Amino acid sequence: MRAVFFYLGDVSRKMIYYLGDLGLLLWDVLRQAFVPPWPVGPTIEEMDGVGVKSIFITALSALFIGMVMTLQTGYAMARFGAKAYIGPAVALSVLRELGPVVTALLVGGRVGSGMTAELGAMKVTEQIDALRAIGSNYVKKLIVPKVAAITLVLPLLTIIADATGIFGGMVIAVLQFDIDPILFLNSIIYQITFYDILSGIAKTFFFGFLIGLIGCHNGLSVSRGTEEIGQFTTATVVAAAISVLIADFFLTKLFLMF
Amino acid sequence: MPPVIELQHVRIAFEDHEVLRSIDLSVMSGEILTIMGGSGSGKSVLLRLMAGLIKPDAGEIRIEGTDIVPLNEDGMLSFRQRLGVVFQQAALFDSMSVADNIAYPVREHAMLDDEATQQRVAELLDIVGLPGIQEKFPAELSGGMRKRVGIARALSMRPAIVLYDEPTSGLDPSNSKMISQLIMQVAKTFGTTSIVVSHDLYWSLRISTRVALIYDGKIIAIGTPAAIQSSPVPEVQAFLAGDLH
Repeated sequence: MRAVFFYLGDVSRKMIYYLGDLGLLLWDVLRQAFVPPWPVGPTIEEMDGVGVKSIFITALSALFIGMVMTLQTGYAMARFGAKAYIGPAVALSVLRELGPVVTALLVGGRVGSGMTAELGAMKVTEQIDALRAIGSNYVKKLIVPKVAAITLVLPLLTIIADATGIFGGMVIAVLQFDIDPILFLNSIIYQITFYDILSGIAKTFFFGFLIGLIGCHNGLSVSRGTEEIGQFTTATVVAAAISVLIADFFLTKLFLMF
Repeated sequence: MPPVIELQHVRIAFEDHEVLRSIDLSVMSGEILTIMGGSGSGKSVLLRLMAGLIKPDAGEIRIEGTDIVPLNEDGMLSFRQRLGVVFQQAALFDSMSVADNIAYPVREHAMLDDEATQQRVAELLDIVGLPGIQEKFPAELSGGMRKRVGIARALSMRPAIVLYDEPTSGLDPSNSKMISQLIMQVAKTFGTTSIVVSHDLYWSLRISTRVALIYDGKIIAIGTPAAIQSSPVPEVQAFLAGDLH
């Protein structure tokens, strides 16, 4: 029993240290992000790396998610003779939940782990110390562009995911359930509000910021050589996914209040 | 003349291990001071303390009269322009060319136009004996070349003090000789104060004005190379004989 308490105590202590460190980095990032000069060029470069290179996996995943959602929803609705509502049901799921969350999980895994690996390698090879020794603010030069890039790009990728997800749903609705594509789209336009779209996209700003912060924090935490880079990269994928899912619950609850 | 760098009662521990116990050290203008000691003796930690990259648990570190220990990152900026640091593995930015690596501090602080910046890069590459490699990337360079580019970058802001962390480690004898002679040449040409952390006994005794030996977290001997070689302290003689770990 004592061992269990010691274990829980140790885990809690590490969690408090981790959140404290994350809080300090958050403060630094916000402070540097709002003080000129703004690193516009590096942020655009990062957006290219984060965004353009993630379009294909985002669109492909969303396409199949939309198709699967339509298959599942279609079979359930067909039993009740409610095939006309397949479109709104699928669109609502994709726009409010699946599009934002799946995009965040996919891009978070890919981009967050990439940030950790890049910064971890820079830490191990003393490049971050070299920046500090030169008198250059590494938070402004390296961290702010990365966090800003994923915060700004994730909503754009989510729009692409939403569109391809609904398109995938429409393809299955037409081929599998003989629904007219115009009817499918009209039912969506009629039932879905602008707020449904906005609440899904708004969440991704928070998801992006969280993923960027966790990815960068874990990269900067590497201290004992290249072996740790692998460990922290894995930790980023896990921490980013859990954070996105927890944040999703609270943000959904918040947005449903309005 | 007051010392350029002065450490008083500096102490630092990592977790439970006390690396430096009570370091008192003064470095005078224009000298080449080499800090020696066995592996894990805290030489590089001492250098990082002087560069302001880590903070001591206790003590004062004065650079040109100002205690840098209480300063935050923003407060350190002006001092860092007066200090050049050459890292053990050169720490070149691998996404940038050699020219951009050397020009980085200049672009960050000196506000020179592009032509003047390129001219300074070319001058520095001449000094370190690597003319014409501006467009190469760090991955294309050998270990010795990377170290020399690291020295060029450290000199790009014409610093008053240059800190070298193990400049000859991992190099063959010919490159070690070249880097050691370069350290002397830089000190002579620019009048810089040089602090070198090294375990290269042969070259340290030849290029240094003074040598300090760290053992068990303390400086156990400091003096001219001749004085160190004739030191009566048993640990110093053991170190010179290669028996001190």
